[in-house]
Amino acid sequence: MSAISPPAERIWWKAPIDKLEFTWIAIALVWSLTMFTMMVYWHIAGGQNLSNETYKTTKEMFAAKAQAVVDKYTVRTETDQQIPVVKPPAGSDIYLIGRLWAWWPIYELEKGKAYKLHLSAMDYMHGFSLQPQNINIQVHPNYEHVVKITPNQLGTYSIVCNEYCGIGHHTMVGRIYVK
Amino acid sequence: MATTYRICPRSGLQFDTAAEKLMRWNAVAGVLALLLGGIMALGVVLTRWPAVHLLPADQFYLALTSHGINMLLFWIIFFEMAVLYFASSTLLHCRLATPKIAWLGFILMAIGAIMANVAVFQGESSVMFTSYVPMQAKPHFYLGLILFAVGALLGCFVFLGTLVVAKAEKTYEGSIPLVTFGALTAAIIAIFTIASGAIILIPTFLWSVGYIREIDTIMYRVVWWAMGHSSQQINVSAHVAIWYAGAAIVFGAKPMSEKVSRTAFLLYILFLQLASAHHLLSDPGVGSEWKVVNTSYFMYFAVLASMIHGMTIPGAIEQAQRAKGYNKGLFEWLRKAPWGNPAFSAIFLSLVGFGFLGGISGVMMGTEQLNLLIHNTIYVPGHFHATVVIGTTLAFMGLTYFLVPVLFKREVLFPGFAKLQPYLFGLAMYVVALVMMGAGTLGVSRRHWDMAFAGSPMAYEWPGAAYLMMGLTGIAGVVAIIGGGGWILQIVFSLLFGKKLDDGETRSTPIPLTLPPQTGAHAAHIGTPGTMVLALVFLVSFILYYFVNWKYLSSLWGMA
Ligand code: HEM
Ligand SMILES: [Cu+2]
Ligand SMILES: [Cu+2]
Repeated sequence: MSAISPPAERIWWKAPIDKLEFTWIAIALVWSLTMFTMMVYWHIAGGQNLSNETYKTTKEMFAAKAQAVVDKYTVRTETDQQIPVVKPPAGSDIYLIGRLWAWWPIYELEKGKAYKLHLSAMDYMHGFSLQPQNINIQVHPNYEHVVKITPNQLGTYSIVCNEYCGIGHHTMVGRIYVK
Repeated sequence: MATTYRICPRSGLQFDTAAEKLMRWNAVAGVLALLLGGIMALGVVLTRWPAVHLLPADQFYLALTSHGINMLLFWIIFFEMAVLYFASSTLLHCRLATPKIAWLGFILMAIGAIMANVAVFQGESSVMFTSYVPMQAKPHFYLGLILFAVGALLGCFVFLGTLVVAKAEKTYEGSIPLVTFGALTAAIIAIFTIASGAIILIPTFLWSVGYIREIDTIMYRVVWWAMGHSSQQINVSAHVAIWYAGAAIVFGAKPMSEKVSRTAFLLYILFLQLASAHHLLSDPGVGSEWKVVNTSYFMYFAVLASMIHGMTIPGAIEQAQRAKGYNKGLFEWLRKAPWGNPAFSAIFLSLVGFGFLGGISGVMMGTEQLNLLIHNTIYVPGHFHATVVIGTTLAFMGLTYFLVPVLFKREVLFPGFAKLQPYLFGLAMYVVALVMMGAGTLGVSRRHWDMAFAGSPMAYEWPGAAYLMMGLTGIAGVVAIIGGGGWILQIVFSLLFGKKLDDGETRSTPIPLTLPPQTGAHAAHIGTPGTMVLALVFLVSFILYYFVNWKYLSSLWGMA
């Protein structure tokens, strides 16, 4: 009698389990526990954990905070759209706005210094995808997500939007310089 | 109308005539959705192939939305309804409870599917199958999905009702078959899923017609994925049940241990539907504790269950083959398997691809910190084409080869193509899944019209390897579409023009299933060393891949 018929042994729950089958279950269980431990271990000892610091905000409030930082620390503008390039002091709070279809402003950061990056969206959800690092974070409207970042390599980084946000989604690219 | 039963002369299965008709209609509706979704796949994949870049942006997003809903929802769920009716009424030799309600369910599902497709093709509803707020589709897009879900819910109740009828009318002895147990798992998860779907889609519908002002985006994602993820568990339960059924039909294989396999299905019910957190690992507003507990204790129990099925099914085949005398060495049982029988090859490719490609990548993505590496990249569709296409769709295709003569009473036309089809479609899909995962590892976004960022003031230049992988996605994708389209043509032609086979005896009373007398003697025990070796190869690949990703993560910018 096979899997498409009732079990031939009525009291199937008393049938012994094959040795190899049992060994495999034990191995699989140990592996599952190992994987669980890794996540906890990384919270304690690892250097890359997504922060849980989140606040409810409004579009106006967040935009005002970003504007204040931009007004204070802009060093130049780039591209035809005159996007400000902002060079904040190490350790400060920086604000990145995601909106249809741009990341605003551009930041210039120092290698090895920590910054508190605040993320929020002005309209739809957007996806913060830092390239070529490949760090990906979901960005929601009306929530302010605070992530402490420490760039560890020099270079020019792009922020690709990787949450579908309408017809201009593919043009939504921002930039961070690490000097 | 009196219930009649047909005994299929080719398989010995007994079909309630009313149930049989429902199975046929549901399966056919599913294949139509697959056809539409497949045409859309062509548009999607030819646009993501950078050298071709076929469609303009608006049509690409429209095609992608249609591809998602037709494949993931309509094709799979219509077919699953057929599987539920088969696993209850046919396998238990029982009449289907309330066929009228089953028809009502079918009609609601059909209306819902058509309505949602109409909304998508009218434009202005290209919101993807996830329809994340605050992006808004037309009201009839949501309404279509709701009607479809209500119809599927009715189908689940008919399935449960049939189990009750079978028990009450004593059409079988002992416990329900393992495959029916697997289908029961799927149905229970489906009820939870559809409830979550109602909780999120009904307010979203009301919002789209203006009765609700705003829907919170985090709340939406949490509840939406309680539906979206659990519905993948329905698929897993259903295709695992089909793997067991395939092993039983092709080899007469008996589960290694009923107890183990049933417990593993039970773990799906207990833990899988809670795993929605792994879709929010890179989201703000939900805490690490929830993420870790939800993805580990809850998800790993489900992973454990899949690892168990992944071993016990080949193990059961190995036992059956060794009992037939294929005993040489570790792998004679596998070498001598009927590789030319599409019901077998499809299921075997489905099992291996689901485990190696879908399983390993899924667990990697489902690890809280590692998720940062791939969230919303094309790695994600790479992963789920290994699960829902190689796992679910290919298993359904394999089962259909068995069902054409048995349920549709037609001979399969073009048997030469049938031998090849699972390899053509399955192996091409292996490549599609792998290269999408490769491109995603390099960061390439999913749901993205142009990797050259035309029109952006600050375009990013992807590495050449990313372009290469997306080109390969295009090529292998086209091969897969030929393999899948070939399957549709073959099945449709067989149903229309295949040689008619005789119906077999029709009777007005069912023949109950009886068990052989209990002798108390156990059959000689047969070991499964070959399967164990395969399982260990799997484990080693899993461990290596898992830690390689941690190594990669540790090289990134510090984050806290
Ligand atoms: C026949 C060959 C198929 C090919 C070549 C193919 C190709 C693709 C590609 C390239 C994408 C990603 C596009 C993007 O994110 O930019 C995609 C998305 C998707 N595919 Fe397929 N696919 C096929 C079959 C299937 C099947 C059979 C299913 C389900 C059973 C399926 C389900 C999905 C889903 C759910 C998405 C996600 C849509 C979204 O992001 O909203 N596909 N497909
Ligand atoms: Cu965006
Ligand atoms: Cu976007």
